[in-house]
Amino acid sequence: MTTAHVMAAGMCGIRTAGDLVAWMQLTRRMKIGEAKKYVAGKLGISVLDLSNEEVMHQVREDLDIGIISGPADATKGVAARCRIAELLDISIHSVNVFKEKLNAPLQLDR
Amino acid sequence: MTEKFLTRMGDGERVSLTAEEIREDLEAGNQDAADRGNIPALSSDELDQLFAIVTDPNRITAVRPGREVITTDDGGANMIVCDKPDGGVGLPMGYHNAVLAFERLCCADTIGVGHYDYSCKPVKALINYEKQRYYMYSQAATIPLIYGTQPNLGVYFQPDGPFPNATELIPAGKIKEGQQAQEAAAEALIEDLIYIAKELYDAGCDGFNFDTCASAGDADFYASLTAVEALKEKAPDMAVEVGMASEFVLGMHSEIEYKGTRLAGMYPTEQVKVVEEAGADIFGMAVNVNTSESFPWNLARAVTFLKATVEVANIPVHPNVGMGVCGVPMLSVPPIDCVTRASKALVEIGKADGL
Repeated sequence: MTTAHVMAAGMCGIRTAGDLVAWMQLTRRMKIGEAKKYVAGKLGISVLDLSNEEVMHQVREDLDIGIISGPADATKGVAARCRIAELLDISIHSVNVFKEKLNAPLQLDR
Repeated sequence: MTEKFLTRMGDGERVSLTAEEIREDLEAGNQDAADRGNIPALSSDELDQLFAIVTDPNRITAVRPGREVITTDDGGANMIVCDKPDGGVGLPMGYHNAVLAFERLCCADTIGVGHYDYSCKPVKALINYEKQRYYMYSQAATIPLIYGTQPNLGVYFQPDGPFPNATELIPAGKIKEGQQAQEAAAEALIEDLIYIAKELYDAGCDGFNFDTCASAGDADFYASLTAVEALKEKAPDMAVEVGMASEFVLGMHSEIEYKGTRLAGMYPTEQVKVVEEAGADIFGMAVNVNTSESFPWNLARAVTFLKATVEVANIPVHPNVGMGVCGVPMLSVPPIDCVTRASKALVEIGKADGL
């Protein structure tokens, strides 16, 4: 049933720009129209192309923000989310927690 | 011979209805929502659009390009590995794999995860395991990962919980005692919700879904709203979605208020305002399905409630579209002809921000 909803009316997540638009709803409480316009502006594409696989797959590959086919040398997971936060100019909590641990100074003089 | 169209009843039974019968049901469902919710009815143009969606001769349908919306869910990844009476396909694979399959095979826009039981109360004792799971999945998933749980005040009452059972006290005429039991249980629930959500936040949780709120009535809703408000202080960078159990908040307590507003009897247009006031980021509207009425009747009713709710909402509205809500028939395997028609109608006519 979930798949039927996704195919009938969803943006289809990582196949297109679904996760990017979702981040704008989660972090900025944007309604769907505003969220799409914001993401399209950041990507430099039309709102219609946000859900166009032919355009979005290439955009995602070029920006290296995670793609559906997931080759081993492509960025994915939290690393991709770090890039997405920078791309969309938003604060993603999991990214902040990850970077905090990554950049915490080593206590060599303990 | 009068042409008939294949459609279904609210319990999923396939029926053939004439155009006139479908139009009558659409109008009746529309009017029922307008009367109950004291909201505007759909226009005749919108009812014509609904008619076209319901009578589409194709097996499945979809929104037009460019009108797609975001999907959130109630532990969607659970469904891949769980075997549950209300869904779940029980695949013999790990949860971690299910999360990634949900992202890269199902292609959802967000991933919902949660404890197998899904109620808040059992999570508290297992919170370290849940944090660990969230952390592991979060390292591997690219799309937003949302932890969901049902507040479920009902399990705080005897014999499952420590508090006197309000559903036994009230029929015995012990109204005040019943109210006090609900108030005490609500305080315990608030504490548990804040505790588990804050623990998950510490592990980097990006989103928390209070799912099926008010399932035990107005005190359940009060607990959820109060917990949301507290979490927005303690975990300000974690998005909160509040999904409802029903279109109508049952007055099990009947007098409990949130910030001076009585919660009993609220319909979605009122529910979304208190959810906003509490600080939530997404509202999950629910409209119950009447299994004795047709799919067109139920769908029109849901779309009418949704359109009015979206118009007053300042936050995204994601109507719940699981089995038995917002037009989707009450059937363990919801027919995809109705599922996709509900998707299209709720998005294109109801103006949903997500599903």
